[in-house]
Amino acid sequence: MLDFLLNEFLVTGDPLIYGAMVSMVLVSIAIVYVLTYFKKWGYLWREWLTTVDHKKIGIMYIIAAIAMLFRGGVDALLMRTQLTLPGMEFLNSQHYNEIFTTHGTIMIIFMAMPFLIGLMNFVVPLQIGARDVAFPFLNAVSFWSFAIGALLFNLSFVIGGSPDAGWTNYAPMAGPNLNPGPNINYYLIGLQISGIGTLATGINFLATILKMRAPGMTLMRMPIFTWSSLITSLIITFAFPILTVALALMTIDRIFGSQFFTLTGDGMPMMWANLFWLWGHPEVYIVILPAFGIFSEVISTFARKQLFGYKAMVWSMVIIAGLSFVVWVHHFFTMGAGAGVNSFFSITTMLISVPTGVKIFNWLGTMYKGKIRFDTPMLWALGFIPCFVLGGVTGVMLAMAAADYQYHNTYFLVAHFHNVLIAGTVFGCFAGLTFWYPKMFGHKMNETLGKISFWFFLIGFNVCFLPMYFLGFAGMPRRTYSIEPEWMPLNVVSSVGAVLMAVGFAVFVYNIYYSFRYSPRETQGDAWDGRALEWATTTPVPFYNFATVPKVEGPEAYWLMKQKGKTTYDKNNLEPIHMPSDSGVPFIMMAFMFVAGFGLVWEWMIVAIAGLIGVLACMFIRSFDYDHGFHVSVEEIKETEEKARREEK
Amino acid sequence: MSGHSEGFPKKHIVGFLGSMVLTIAAAWAAVGSGLPTPWIIASIMVMAVIQAGIQLFMFMHMTETESGGIQVGNMLHAFFIAAIIIAGSIWTMSFGYAHNHDDGGSGEMEMENHQDMEE
Repeated sequence: MLDFLLNEFLVTGDPLIYGAMVSMVLVSIAIVYVLTYFKKWGYLWREWLTTVDHKKIGIMYIIAAIAMLFRGGVDALLMRTQLTLPGMEFLNSQHYNEIFTTHGTIMIIFMAMPFLIGLMNFVVPLQIGARDVAFPFLNAVSFWSFAIGALLFNLSFVIGGSPDAGWTNYAPMAGPNLNPGPNINYYLIGLQISGIGTLATGINFLATILKMRAPGMTLMRMPIFTWSSLITSLIITFAFPILTVALALMTIDRIFGSQFFTLTGDGMPMMWANLFWLWGHPEVYIVILPAFGIFSEVISTFARKQLFGYKAMVWSMVIIAGLSFVVWVHHFFTMGAGAGVNSFFSITTMLISVPTGVKIFNWLGTMYKGKIRFDTPMLWALGFIPCFVLGGVTGVMLAMAAADYQYHNTYFLVAHFHNVLIAGTVFGCFAGLTFWYPKMFGHKMNETLGKISFWFFLIGFNVCFLPMYFLGFAGMPRRTYSIEPEWMPLNVVSSVGAVLMAVGFAVFVYNIYYSFRYSPRETQGDAWDGRALEWATTTPVPFYNFATVPKVEGPEAYWLMKQKGKTTYDKNNLEPIHMPSDSGVPFIMMAFMFVAGFGLVWEWMIVAIAGLIGVLACMFIRSFDYDHGFHVSVEEIKETEEKARREEK
Repeated sequence: MSGHSEGFPKKHIVGFLGSMVLTIAAAWAAVGSGLPTPWIIASIMVMAVIQAGIQLFMFMHMTETESGGIQVGNMLHAFFIAAIIIAGSIWTMSFGYAHNHDDGGSGEMEMENHQDMEE
């Protein structure tokens, strides 16, 4: 037993991991102590763990995503340290493999997506004049399945060993023969559990946006961020089942001995790559389209102009959504599928740059002759445009199948996808968070600190990733823990950039604390002179969002309301508001799912079955739960609104 | 959500059991039935179509007419994506990869392709 604990269960032998274990235990003890000392357990359970309020769920998503950004960022810094001092054996090859795998997986699945889904959760119902999402209970299930998946995946670091086959997890490298043990299972089960939640989110937002818009808000009057969320939800709904199937097949391969992706038993290893990228390429648009939506909102607000080319913007997104499903083979041109296949996917890939280019010109057109304010959200949006164009141009270079044989698996590719994902998604998350921060927390983030963090991050980002293009041309392969002497100088430059980015992130996080202490509180709901309905509510937003649902009379609903002097509080038209009840079932159900997942990871079938029975029991309880929610009385609405609106008048 | 009928969810139970039976039958056909391969493939496909029908009519409110346009659009999109996934995968993955490397068949195909490209 002890032998199993020390040799297989716990990861031993590396001082870095011992340090992580100690810090994890200390942080856990500290959290328990603080919660007990301030008697906050009840508050935590009532207000957060059982909530079905889209605003609170959104905030929890964002907090988790920032924690994951920290974890993924530390992974990145460890890799940069190793590549700056390759002779020191700071990380050995196995540890390096694990770190780049967790870095990629965490940044995409547990950082980028939850961050954007968190913003979607908070903003979309407000933008369309709804009081919650279509399925509030399901929304809580989504969040907790993401949280449990992320927890399981992160646990691999200290219990059992991290996955080490890259975030793409290619077979046969990730198969049971070459990679026995629990590590790859953590990847498969962690992604499976959180993927279920993402799929549910996609369906939820599709239904919410299609069915729950305020009266008068036709599709073409929707704010552009809502449009981007609609398209994203559509892509999620159709792409995530592919991931579910691929993960399930490989899980069956690993745990039950089937031969879908093996070399020996008539399996097809490259079919994994095929299925992975059939999901993986739409996934790229899942994490970029909401960011496009955020930039559109930010640029329109801070240029103080209506968005230029709204219809072109919408159609570009629709076309991108369609094309996103027909480009996947460009991730493995070098498989050698033949000239016909490669040419086809080359051309479809290049086609995507057309609608994307249209969007770039729309942003430029929006700013043209606008009276631009340079607040922090706008800076992130302005930094995004040139950096993203650079990533787009190198993307078109990679799209040429013949040339791709040179770039494939080099640092050129690494530089390219960081250039689009950081400049697009991460800048977008920062822009969105600073933009909607006053709506979420009742105060703005400090401008000076915000600008400091922006400049550190922007400069650091370019110093870090521009040299990687040249390293790629010089032949440096990705996922390598040792380097040739001639690659040394540019690697050092790159690491300096990584440190600058880390400083930028640290300042951003410090800014959250600083603003909480010192920022002036918002006295009214419209922090930035906004244009869409989320700014029509008071700050803080009452849990029912809108006392009276506004009637939308054109695009930019709130802009029109402001001109006509209307608010979302029409004293004479109040009616009791129907709201969903909180529920602890999603949290408990996903706690059982954690047990089931942990059992599957270790192939302890009894534990897995026990956990799944718990999950089924929760589903059963939910199926026969006839709680229809509750009504908020007119008096309570009046009281809440008058308290919130007193300072306004 | 809620609000339709509070009676016993008969449709859902029947659909759920039907789906389970069809799934287990498909797994058995592949693993334990010992039928010839074309039969296995055909029977799995038939069961898949039946199961898709069960899911759509028992769970997914296909017969509710209120949002017919959305339903039709979604279905068409689903067929479009399914066609891409299946046809695309077959086209992409049939590039002459074979487990049996000593027959030379795949190698020749590759060679022919290269000659085509050069001409």
